[in-house]
Amino acid sequence: MIAPHSSPGSHPAPADDDGGHGVAKRRFLRDAAVSAGDEPRRGFIRRALAGYERTRDAQQARFRDYEQARDAASLAKWTAVNHLDELLPRFEAAFTANGGVVHWARDAAEARRIVLDLVHAAGAKAVIKSKCMTSEEIHLNAALEAEGYAVVESDLGEFIQQLRGEPPYHFVFPCMHVRRDEISALFSEHLGSQPTSDPEQLTMIARRHMRRLYVEADVGITGANFLVAETGQISITENEGNARLTAGLPRVHIAIAGIEKVIERVDDLAVLLPMLATAGTGQPLTCYNTLYAGPRRAGECDGPEEMHLVLLDNRRTTLLADAEQRDALHCIRCGACLNVCPIFKNVGGFTYGTTYQGPIGSVITPHLRGLAEWNHLSGASSLCGACSAACPVRIDIHHHLLHNRRNAARTAPDRRERFGHRVFAFVAARPWLFALAGRLGRLTLPLAKRLRPPLLREWLSSRDLPPAPRRSFRSQWRARRGA
Amino acid sequence: MSDSDPQRSARDTILARVREALAVPAPLPHLAHAPAPPAGGLAILPAEAARPWLPDGGDTPEERMRILVDNLGKLRAVVHRVPDLTAAAELVFAVARQRDWKRVAYHDHPLVVPLLAGVPCATHGVDGAAAHGAAAAKDALEACDAGISACEALVSQTGSILVSSATCGGRGLSVVPHVHLVIATADQIVATLADALALVRRRHAGALPSMLSFITGPSRTGDIERILVLGAHGPRELVVVIVG
Repeated sequence: MIAPHSSPGSHPAPADDDGGHGVAKRRFLRDAAVSAGDEPRRGFIRRALAGYERTRDAQQARFRDYEQARDAASLAKWTAVNHLDELLPRFEAAFTANGGVVHWARDAAEARRIVLDLVHAAGAKAVIKSKCMTSEEIHLNAALEAEGYAVVESDLGEFIQQLRGEPPYHFVFPCMHVRRDEISALFSEHLGSQPTSDPEQLTMIARRHMRRLYVEADVGITGANFLVAETGQISITENEGNARLTAGLPRVHIAIAGIEKVIERVDDLAVLLPMLATAGTGQPLTCYNTLYAGPRRAGECDGPEEMHLVLLDNRRTTLLADAEQRDALHCIRCGACLNVCPIFKNVGGFTYGTTYQGPIGSVITPHLRGLAEWNHLSGASSLCGACSAACPVRIDIHHHLLHNRRNAARTAPDRRERFGHRVFAFVAARPWLFALAGRLGRLTLPLAKRLRPPLLREWLSSRDLPPAPRRSFRSQWRARRGA
Repeated sequence: MSDSDPQRSARDTILARVREALAVPAPLPHLAHAPAPPAGGLAILPAEAARPWLPDGGDTPEERMRILVDNLGKLRAVVHRVPDLTAAAELVFAVARQRDWKRVAYHDHPLVVPLLAGVPCATHGVDGAAAHGAAAAKDALEACDAGISACEALVSQTGSILVSSATCGGRGLSVVPHVHLVIATADQIVATLADALALVRRRHAGALPSMLSFITGPSRTGDIERILVLGAHGPRELVVVIVG
């Protein structure tokens, strides 16, 4: 089944794309080697994620039929994504009727411009943000700071990453790689707090610091997990209450969301919210799941005077045009595929060099930022399928990594690889030659192990070569059948 | 902004890309079970069909109460069941005295007002008269030890409290003070999220509140070494008083 797809690279690379000419791949290989060798940090990540799997499994067990609920969630997203042409205008009309303003952004630069103009028009000095991966995608903070606005991330993990000057390590658990003593030192340095090893005290330091900022900020920027076409509401999922405060206290609320976040009906949330919480963090529901329908209404005692939504394409339509991989747009960003991925656990979040890390990031990044530069991520997989098994909306993640490999081989074949496959095909089609090659291999393997010729050196650098059997498989087979 | 030319062309460009992209149909996802036949709307499988697969919310009022109280306990919320509003007022009085509350925020609601008649501390009403948007109003709310509100519904399935900006004191009351005390009657308990959503849509037909929030336990974070800490930014304590 090969669906026609707009060929990767048919759009000019966006200005926000970094690297080019294999820079991203070289960086990936370098960082992966460093991270994989950092055993203490890997152990730390593994322990943090072991707890996740236990609570998630317990939560899944509370469903009367989790697999069927996955079907329902999958179909709700399939329906929405495959009717985006109908649902986007419907959402826009309903959102506008609620008193909000929709802004359409073709790419990252346009989205940044829209937000900057809104912040400027609001006469804002300070901006408070709650967790928003689309804002990471468009590098919003740097743009706001460049124009002189003070921007503070209010989500604890994002705040820690902001102080560290790092992007999120994991798109749901932004600072899961940071130890508490590092956080304590960071807070001492930036906030002047007393050192402590108690996570609760550390959380309270951030809480106290943030409280004033919610009151003082003129603009609150949030993401959105779902956009409900039927009612024009946006749904925001969180645990800390920081998004509630960000959307509740400042005078202007700006939300940024990808176009694929639209769902048809508010009832779909009755399935999608529990699935998101279960797969994301093993909770029955996250602490706050909030539906916003425009700014404060007459008779309500607080809330923003203006509400804006920036609808971001930024090459999502490129992925949409690939019918074979369109379901990657069903992603609800729960992070489950990262949490179970052996590659993520070993190379860590930064190694990917992408806004969206892990298996789903490896699937969508080549579409959002160019297959030629990002195909190496398709190889960063053992194809074990743990990601697909964990996905609450049944995205066929590991097969899409294979699809990306195939598409990359078609559009930009690797000459050495192709030559290698040709040679293999030639040899494998001739039994006498295959047997001869096998014999040569068995004889020269111990020597190759010692000499480490260039062809094998890279492979041997991180792997043991098992001893060669004395006899070929075919001769052993014949001997056993004869016996 | 949205009427300016670049915006119109951005909208048209994106919608044109979407239409072009969708000209090629995508296969249905690989499902564990055959989907039910279509019934209204675009969805092949109505969300209502998912009801028997989701966590149980209980079929009778007694079951719903049991599941709700159980779930709230697991979420580390504090639940009090009282026979009537007089008993609820006594409870709130005792809590306020014991915790030495200086000032509580509330909003005007038939369930909330009787609780405050004899409460041993100052009260701060957030409805109507509050100078909207002013930093002073936010500071006043911030200075309160607790926020007392009613709710739209309680959801047994998930242990959630559904509040709205229309009838539960706006956006700040349930999230700014360090303690959120919710007063509800037993007949406000519904089984599922879908039931709660249906209920608010009936109640606010034609004009949905600008905010509807499912609150599921006190504010929490696991951002530091994945260790659970309560009271990240919102209330550290969630107290639910159920009357009847």
